[in-house]
Amino acid sequence: MTAIELDSVTKRFEDVTAVDGISLAVEPGEFLVLVGPSGCGKSTTLRMIAGLETVSDGSLEIGGERVNGVEPKDRDVAMVFQNYALFPHMTAERNMTFGADAARDISESELSKRAAEGAEMLGIEDLLDRKPAALSGGERQRVAIGRALVREPSVFLMDEPLSNLDAKLRIQMRTELASLHRRLQTTTVYVTHDQTEAMTLGDRVAVMNDGHAEQVAPPQELYDRPATRFVAEFIGEPAMNVFPVEVRGDAVVHDTGLEVPIAAGEMALKGDIDAADLGVRPEDIDIAPLDDASAGTCTATAEVTVTEPLGDSLLVHCQLGDETVQVSTTPRAAFDPGERVVLTVDADRSHLFDRETGEAVYHAPNTAVGSSEDRTQRADAVAPGAGGEEIQ
Amino acid sequence: MAVEDSSITSESATVGLPDTLWVHLSLVVSIVLMGAPLLLALLMSTQSTAQIYDVTNLAPGGHALENYQSALFEYDLARYIVNSFVMSIIVVVGKVSLSLLAALAIVYYDFPYKDAIFAFVLLTLLLPVPVRIVPLFELMADLGWANSMLAITGPYIASATAVFLFRQHFLSIPSSLVETARLDGVGPIEFLVDVLVPMSRGMIAGVSVITFVYAWNQYLWPLIVVSDQQKQVVQVGISYLQSASQAGQTQWGLIMAGSILALSVPLVVLVALHRPLLETFALQQK
Repeated sequence: MTAIELDSVTKRFEDVTAVDGISLAVEPGEFLVLVGPSGCGKSTTLRMIAGLETVSDGSLEIGGERVNGVEPKDRDVAMVFQNYALFPHMTAERNMTFGADAARDISESELSKRAAEGAEMLGIEDLLDRKPAALSGGERQRVAIGRALVREPSVFLMDEPLSNLDAKLRIQMRTELASLHRRLQTTTVYVTHDQTEAMTLGDRVAVMNDGHAEQVAPPQELYDRPATRFVAEFIGEPAMNVFPVEVRGDAVVHDTGLEVPIAAGEMALKGDIDAADLGVRPEDIDIAPLDDASAGTCTATAEVTVTEPLGDSLLVHCQLGDETVQVSTTPRAAFDPGERVVLTVDADRSHLFDRETGEAVYHAPNTAVGSSEDRTQRADAVAPGAGGEEIQ
Repeated sequence: MAVEDSSITSESATVGLPDTLWVHLSLVVSIVLMGAPLLLALLMSTQSTAQIYDVTNLAPGGHALENYQSALFEYDLARYIVNSFVMSIIVVVGKVSLSLLAALAIVYYDFPYKDAIFAFVLLTLLLPVPVRIVPLFELMADLGWANSMLAITGPYIASATAVFLFRQHFLSIPSSLVETARLDGVGPIEFLVDVLVPMSRGMIAGVSVITFVYAWNQYLWPLIVVSDQQKQVVQVGISYLQSASQAGQTQWGLIMAGSILALSVPLVVLVALHRPLLETFALQQK
């Protein structure tokens, strides 16, 4: 039995479709992250699971029961909000127990026991008597998480819970959330726009765009075998380079003469298409000064425009024909703007995307990860109304 | 206020002394002008009738105790003050409770024609009690409420202003707080009592002050609907003092003593709760 199942769930606000037929299954104990740019429908999806938004179309199940019209309080879910949503006039402890106290038949002693346990787990035992105004951002978010813990729900819903924290605290809380989930094993749906959070926290990550899920897969697989160009460019920092190429037999060729071989039989270009988009990650391109590089396959000359030292690596922006290509190389490598360089693309780490639909049509064989093939969920919402492809 | 203002202007005092002088002078004049009626009333309440009719006599007289005692007990002002106090408290409690419930419904419930209903509530601002006096009097007579506490409090319980203020305040409370409560299954009344009321304390205090002063100052409606002098309120009580005369001369000392007594209660309330009142109107200064 799945913990949460969305089947072609759609949300329309008057004439705007916020969520467009999304299908997802969350396994019990799983940590699923919904990630995507602003306005992609990830928060709306979460709010539909919580019951704070109605479902316009499709079916939503929690714990095997259809909950489309069920009140939020009867769904056995607890939510953590971005702005913490703490009651300013209540102490941290009261904030943690208020909801559970108001709605459920839980004895005082049980409540305070749960609050104490939650506080201990989150390291806020000493703060229980304080009001939110006397707490820092991180402490407030801990109290908000503590409130969800006290409820002991079957599902945690988290709506960008770390977005209001500063960078350092965010990383710390991220680790704490991960270990908390490991301890509790409670099914969690987590919304964020931050791909690092998504990659580090999620058992699986659903990349959302424009109201539908582009790909639902474990983090590494998203990175290694992105199902669409959108996923390829969204996941990974710096973003994957994508530029148009021509398909010629067993190779793709760029205007500048860059030629990348394609493993025979792997390509799934539909029909007689001879144009596609080549995707290569910045770290999968080698950069070398023009004079000591030998020309060969997968190479092209380019001009350095900007260099960005990132400490652990150097990001070099190059002009390759009409394209700007980002290359990640070893730190302290000496490249100057204006310098002519030779770029070598790692053919074993390249991807091809359909220029029309953006769907991946080819991943170099070496990009495969384990048996991930059968775990990949490709949401079919790219073509709405094409009939719900059943997702495991 | 004038004293506080001087601290602001004093920065430039060394440069433009004449300027600040003018500012201070005009402030003093305007304060004296505004305070004059009150000060005169205070002064006259200590004088005998003869001293008052001697217009140039501005020295405090020795009849304060006599005037106040007579107003309070001989002319029953003490009873009227108690009546007014009870009336005002009932109006405050009733108005605040009803308006909180109305604002709760308007902000947190979805029902058809919600905005139209709110607009209709606001429309009642166009029909204050004095405009409705005749039909209201008939209604009170039909209900058998005439000459009772119900008659002088009931018509004041509904308030568009208070509903509006509470609505605006509720709208400023983050929706995630409401959603948290919904997810936890906190009932509406519980939410109102445990969350909204504590979070609206300042606003409630502000509305209470305004309402208290407003109710305290009601004159026309109690005058019409209450015929039993025992049940009358203080503002009407003052007019009773007017009928007292000494050798054909109105006893202004007595009337002024009554007026000072009548305004002292709302003054105390106002001073005690001036901070939330200013917050209500977002006028709080640093």
